[in-house]
Amino acid sequence: MIRSRSLAVAALALAAPAAAQQVDPADWDAVLAAAEGQTVYWNAWGGDPRLNDYITWAGDRVAEEYGVEVEHVKLSDTATAVSTVLSERSAGQDEDGSIDLIWLNGENFAAMKENDLLFGPWAEDLPNWALLDPEANPALTEDFTVPVEGLEAPWSMAQVVFYYDSARVDEPPTTIPALLDWTEENPGRFGFPQPPDFLGSTFLKQALLGLAEDTGPLYAPVDEADYEAVTAPLWTYMEALTPVLWRQGQAYPQSGPAQHQLVADGEIDIAISFNPGEASAAIANFELPESVRTFVLDGGTLGNASFVAIPYNASATAGAMVVANFLLSAEAQARKQDPAHLGVPTVLDVADLPEEDRALFEEIELGVATLAPEELGETLPEPHPSWMERIEEDWERRFGTGTP
Amino acid sequence: MSGRARARLLPWAPALTIACLLGPVVAGLAGVVAPAFGWYPALGGTEWSLAPWAALADWPGLRTAMRLSVVTALAATAISFGATVLICAAWHGTRTFRAIERLLSPLLSVPHAAAALGLAFLIAPSGWVARAVSPWATGWERPPDVLILGDPWGLSLIAGLVAKEVPFLLLMTLAAMGQIPVRRSVLTAETQGYGRATAWIKTVLPRVYPQIRLPVFAVLAFSASVVDVALILGPTTPAPLAVQVLDWLGDPDLSLRFRAAAGAVLQLALVLACLGAWWAGERIAARVGRAWIWSGGRGRGEPVLKVLSGAAAALSASAVLVGLAGLALWSFAGFWAFPDALPETLSLRTWERQGGGLLERAGVTAGIAIAATAISLLLVLACLEAEERHGIRPGTRALWLLYVPLIVPQATFVTGLQTLAVATGTGGTLAAVVAAHAVFVLPYVFLSLADPFRAWDGRMGLVAASLGAGPDRILWRVRLPMLLRPVLTAAAVGIAVSVGQYLPTLLIGLGRVSTLTTEAVALSSGGDRRLIGLYALAQTALPFAGFALAIAVPNAVFRNRRAMQEAG
Repeated sequence: MIRSRSLAVAALALAAPAAAQQVDPADWDAVLAAAEGQTVYWNAWGGDPRLNDYITWAGDRVAEEYGVEVEHVKLSDTATAVSTVLSERSAGQDEDGSIDLIWLNGENFAAMKENDLLFGPWAEDLPNWALLDPEANPALTEDFTVPVEGLEAPWSMAQVVFYYDSARVDEPPTTIPALLDWTEENPGRFGFPQPPDFLGSTFLKQALLGLAEDTGPLYAPVDEADYEAVTAPLWTYMEALTPVLWRQGQAYPQSGPAQHQLVADGEIDIAISFNPGEASAAIANFELPESVRTFVLDGGTLGNASFVAIPYNASATAGAMVVANFLLSAEAQARKQDPAHLGVPTVLDVADLPEEDRALFEEIELGVATLAPEELGETLPEPHPSWMERIEEDWERRFGTGTP
Repeated sequence: MSGRARARLLPWAPALTIACLLGPVVAGLAGVVAPAFGWYPALGGTEWSLAPWAALADWPGLRTAMRLSVVTALAATAISFGATVLICAAWHGTRTFRAIERLLSPLLSVPHAAAALGLAFLIAPSGWVARAVSPWATGWERPPDVLILGDPWGLSLIAGLVAKEVPFLLLMTLAAMGQIPVRRSVLTAETQGYGRATAWIKTVLPRVYPQIRLPVFAVLAFSASVVDVALILGPTTPAPLAVQVLDWLGDPDLSLRFRAAAGAVLQLALVLACLGAWWAGERIAARVGRAWIWSGGRGRGEPVLKVLSGAAAALSASAVLVGLAGLALWSFAGFWAFPDALPETLSLRTWERQGGGLLERAGVTAGIAIAATAISLLLVLACLEAEERHGIRPGTRALWLLYVPLIVPQATFVTGLQTLAVATGTGGTLAAVVAAHAVFVLPYVFLSLADPFRAWDGRMGLVAASLGAGPDRILWRVRLPMLLRPVLTAAAVGIAVSVGQYLPTLLIGLGRVSTLTTEAVALSSGGDRRLIGLYALAQTALPFAGFALAIAVPNAVFRNRRAMQEAG
């Protein structure tokens, strides 16, 4: 990848002095016109090869259809992108920034919104916004309790599930306390990615939701609650769980996908995932044995939507909107839901889609390890992002730095 | 450029080279020391303060992280150095030793990250070693739940570093031995009844050590601040200090950058402390060693020494090579369950699916490596030619300057350089990454080219001059063509160094410049051994191709020049 951005921008400025920096999202024809020929630097977590393949495919499609090039900037942690935009602003670079589109949600969205680092509102002006049903799916308009207000467009649904190897586990535990009992009986056979990996932090939140007497305070900023009292049951639980975790909690899987190898090798039997289709997809990719199945917890599991947002100083704002709109198309969403590609649930309101679009979804074979939509149970909304930060810090202090 | 202009510029080449080496280090240090004491105007730090240090001290894992860095560095260096000495002492001048010499180039061309990934697959509880002996010998139907990778004592990390540093120190020792009458010394001692190995240690080592001291220091500093190997093999609860600094740098909470800067400065202090400890160890070893030499012991247990050191050499070489073979197999594997020693099915799918991205990154990696090596080669040749024409010879002090970028930890000054790169808007560009790589490539190119360049038979130049050739013509038409082999070898070394760079690529490229190495390390957290295998293999293939070309091209060019065939 030869990247000499400032040169390219300079050349563009010479060739097309009229190219508007900020386009009006409501004027879609103008957006399409401005987008043509732009290159969108899409910063997205790059830790899942299948997702990377999907982004490459989406990039090829928008290049074909709209003449927009996509460069996937692979991040190991989305926070890096937030930090880049912040650094650019501190350096006074208010236009021609290096990031055009970010895949994010939760605390990163909250941080960007709070610091006015986002372009928009634009998401509700996308032509494909009409395919969504925000009333039926509040996760589309509230990102970890923070109102979205058109500053980011959804592109994926996620829900916590667990997968297990049915060749080794007859009955998986379906509550948080039962998971502790099971792990005590099968020491070393359960583990979760090391917080602050988002999946590891999610496990802590899921455990807290399953243990807390009253989950109400979790949906307001942490400063407004008695943090110690609310989280006390979680730490008691973790004190008991950690010594019987994989490697006695002295080492952790370093990411969600790293758990595939551990399950495949028989090191652990139960793993957590944010993607109900992940197990089927990994079986198809030889990464998991065919005996793996998915389960959810009684009383529901955490669910959220993933979004794409545009930084306030993006260079290819129009191109970024075109990409976001394509990601919401039935074509892109159906491919994503297909376990042969990704197996990630769609954000679209499939029942209300036009006939031929709906057919795209009906053709999909969900795969042997994927639960049907009605088996996924209740989706619990994400707590306020400030909780996640506090809990991550606290976990690091208690369990992440404690080795001799 | 006219000949006269060049003649005027050439004397400046050594100064320019030193500026290229030291400039980034000094700038990087400034860029990290200032924020460590609160000065970082872009983030609102406009007053000097000790707050970053207080924040660092508050971090609960600090003591463990520091201890890990120091213990890892001292242990890895001591073991690597000890193994190198024993291998040389016990085996020098034998046929086995020549076999070891031949293995050095391929071993050196394996980047640290690839070697670490291969080792990880070998020694993990679900790795190849456990598979080979299970279940028939161990009864394991499932991998045992034992902590090997990422153990809190850093033992895996130490093993990974030793496997890569032994070949490096061996190479440096071999070069140093070339300047000492080893055979005569050992023979004289042997006639007085000393054992071979004892003779080597008592008569050769004291003269070799001063020459390999700087490489040993470089190994020590590298081990204390290594990031890529630590990410793959090191502990995470907490991680060694350098890894932790990198985590803070990437945090969205920008105030953590102050803490990161303080951590980076602390990292430098740790490296200096390690060097100090080593230096003290040298004094003690010299005193004890002198007494031991005077005592006149003729050496006992030499056969044991021979077996032990032979085993050490075999173990460290096979750890790297067998590990890579295992990863190569993974890249073609279908489902591969534990404890099967081989995969159920083989498939080309990983290569087909990932081939495109792999080629693109290989292109970027090769481009950066070639550019950084070309710059380094040009500067080094200019320095050496200036030495020849103008008599500007570096003293032994100047040799220290070459080692500055190898001894000041990357985690310290590259962190500061990143701040500068962001501030000047050059961060994330290929040019900046090439420049950063050149800082690390240049010393190695200089070290591998200087001796052959100086050893060139000057009478050839006299003949050419008497036929009317000027100094430029002698350089380009006589000297460099004759030195083709060492020049290409130096280039191959440079390319191998550049391909292996992780931290400078990541920090100066702002994560946007993706090379085989950054991708391989990023993939290691995902645990997909098929992909890891693919990238580790590609990462090794590139430098290996460089070394192969450095051998093949001169052979082809000189195929009808008999006197050149064994040159170099």
